[in-house]
Amino acid sequence: MSDHVAHHFDSAEQQFDAARLGMWLFLATEIMFFGGMFAGYTVYRFLYPAAFVEGSSHLHLVLGTVNTAVLLLSSLTLALAVRSAQVNQPQGTVRLLLATLLFGVVFLGIKAYEYSEKFAAHHVPGKYFVLGETHNPDVVPGHVELFYSFYFAMTGCHALHMIIGIVMVSIVAVKAWQGSYSAEYYTPLEMTGLYWHFVDIVWVFLFPLLYLIG
Amino acid sequence: MSTAELPKRHYLNADYNIWSWLLTTDHKRIGILYMISLTLFFFVGGAAAILFRVELLTPEADLVVSPTYNRLFTLHGVVMVFFFLVPSIPAVLGNFLIPMMIGARDLAFPRLNLLSWYLFMAGGLLAIWAIVRGGVDTGWTFYTPYSTTESNSQVMAMAVGVFVAGFSSILTGLNIIVTTHTMRTQGMTWFRLPLFVWAHYATSIIMVLGTPVLAISLVLIALERGLGIGVFDPKLGGDPLLFQHLFWFYSHPAVYIMILPSMAVVSEIIPCFSRKPIFGYKMIALSSVAIAVLGFLVWGHHMFVSGQSVFAGLIFSFLSMLVAIPSAVKVFNWTATLYKGSISLETPMLYALGFIGLFTLGGLTGLFLATLAVDVHVHDTYFIVAHFHYIMVGGAVMGYLGGIHFWWPKMTGRMYPEWWGRISAVIVFVGFNLTFFPQFVLGYLGMPRRYHIYPEEFQVLNVMSSAGASILGLGYLLPLCYLIWSLKYGKVAGPNPWKATGLEWTTPSPPSTFNFDEPPVVTEPAYNYPPLDDSSLPHETSDPTASTPS
Ligand code: HEM
Ligand SMILES: [Cu+2]
Repeated sequence: MSDHVAHHFDSAEQQFDAARLGMWLFLATEIMFFGGMFAGYTVYRFLYPAAFVEGSSHLHLVLGTVNTAVLLLSSLTLALAVRSAQVNQPQGTVRLLLATLLFGVVFLGIKAYEYSEKFAAHHVPGKYFVLGETHNPDVVPGHVELFYSFYFAMTGCHALHMIIGIVMVSIVAVKAWQGSYSAEYYTPLEMTGLYWHFVDIVWVFLFPLLYLIG
Repeated sequence: MSTAELPKRHYLNADYNIWSWLLTTDHKRIGILYMISLTLFFFVGGAAAILFRVELLTPEADLVVSPTYNRLFTLHGVVMVFFFLVPSIPAVLGNFLIPMMIGARDLAFPRLNLLSWYLFMAGGLLAIWAIVRGGVDTGWTFYTPYSTTESNSQVMAMAVGVFVAGFSSILTGLNIIVTTHTMRTQGMTWFRLPLFVWAHYATSIIMVLGTPVLAISLVLIALERGLGIGVFDPKLGGDPLLFQHLFWFYSHPAVYIMILPSMAVVSEIIPCFSRKPIFGYKMIALSSVAIAVLGFLVWGHHMFVSGQSVFAGLIFSFLSMLVAIPSAVKVFNWTATLYKGSISLETPMLYALGFIGLFTLGGLTGLFLATLAVDVHVHDTYFIVAHFHYIMVGGAVMGYLGGIHFWWPKMTGRMYPEWWGRISAVIVFVGFNLTFFPQFVLGYLGMPRRYHIYPEEFQVLNVMSSAGASILGLGYLLPLCYLIWSLKYGKVAGPNPWKATGLEWTTPSPPSTFNFDEPPVVTEPAYNYPPLDDSSLPHETSDPTASTPS
């Protein structure tokens, strides 16, 4: 028995199956978590379509698009990192993980910049919210504020997941650098990958719903 | 009874160091940690209940003022639901038993299991902190917009506490599902699993899929309260009802998180003390899953009078009736198991029988409530309070106590005193009915819930209820005393004092740290109790091999 197998498992295979099933279940809980917000978004989008279009039109489309590309790239590099481990190329794994980290940080940087723009424009919901100039004079500012409530809640939760993902990738990067993974054993790498791709997919839904309506 | 002896080495005496408990990954020790913590929370919640039952002795406000009363019932509700009932059986008995029942050395993720206990404690401490800092007055349901814009109590701390404890519940559920899938021993097929495991599997599905929705509802409340983002705020055009939808999307299924594990316990106790294989094994197993699925479709029955559309109300009314069917299937199958069984009335059996009766009453009144027109009349009255206490206290807590008594010899190696056990079970049953039956009548007559001042004509029934509560309180204190007593003075139990089937009974009591020396191999269905004419009644011997004919 290899030393990666914990005492309560009979085989490495059983351990891997358990880890993978556990991760998928965890992702199911994440879907339900974000699902609550998507449900709320859907309700209000149907109630106040014009206001949602208005809110969306104040978002920075170019930055959003760039960020989508950055995130998709990061998923690609992470998938390749897992593959590198599977074919016993540890240096490749480390380099690809570092690339993933870089893309992740770029994404968060751009997001932070977008947030700061919103702060400056008083588009953050709450006491200081001011809609300012509108494309559609009929919309109720409160309804646009609702749009921004969802914008911040959803992208905020997503960003929090990104931060957790970056911590996870950093940990496996260090482990990979120490040579912990090989074709026989790469479970943590694979699990980190699943998580990262999930967070990526959430963004793939958020991007059109927030930036591309109207 | 032969003079059984405790095994020399077992999970309890493996190490006495405090860290060997606080850092343990042994599922049995984590179960014990949960048991101790949950007992504390149970008595915290109970103390609040005693206080407001004393207040309700008279129609006037003489013990507490309204804001205090609001905080008392909120404390009671939050602690009992989130810090006692939701974790109770899965985290104590499920933790302890599921690996043993399927022939495994531990749960699939022992460290996550320990983490879940720490999360639970962290959430619990936050809740206690919120209570000490002045408490919360929203009720356990945290309805908006009161909770987000009006209430000036400690909603934030409490919401965070429940949020954190929710993750402990998610981890427990996740662990149980993965363990059931991947850790079963040779020969332990799905349809040989004890029904205890099936019911916990179903419970875990609800925990894993429901709890995150509660989590996001609480996050949105916290964001709205803390940062002023207004998802539920009517001033912006937000809809406070959206919160109720999200909340009940979790909290109706959550009532099944609380009751399914008790059904799990009852399904083990009934065949053991009737000495018969359980009737309709597959039906019971699958009804658990059916409950888990249907339970997600009925949340709207909590919102009949909230302004949801009449059409939605009709659909939810119909679906709520459906969810009663799998519960009824269980009740009929248990009853059929009893039929012509050779029944003996040990303490666990008394609790199990009590469960069947009280759960049936709770479930039937649930059907009254699911009938739209009736609910309009009794909504938010004491009828509701009685309904859910019949299920959550009469059902779930009875199941918990029955299970604790049934597996106490396994957990500690010693028997509890049987006479005291039976007396307490009877006291609990009597006290319970005296407390809650009058509340059905009160509710029907129109006494609203959550008020501490009431018209004089309701006093007699309220005094009855308060008297019952003190009897019930005594019924809960007694087991606390004699179970602790039995740790030292109880008779040594031996591996299988009930001559029950199931892998957990093939191990010494208490079991060793890794449960089994050799992975067991299963060759027969669950509950293979010998046919009746086989004159092997319980308690003749403590020979563990006698109960499992090979
Ligand atoms: C036979 C299946 C059941 C049906 C048809 C049913 C139906 C209902 C209905 C319609 C209500 C809403 C009443 C109102 O607020 O006006 C209700 C409330 C409630 N039920 Fe049930 N129920 C069932 C089983 C259960 C179970 C198994 C539990 C707990 C383990 C439970 C716990 C509760 C609680 C806690 C409430 C009140 C929530 C609150 O407002 O604070 N019910 N039930
Ligand atoms: Cu319900």
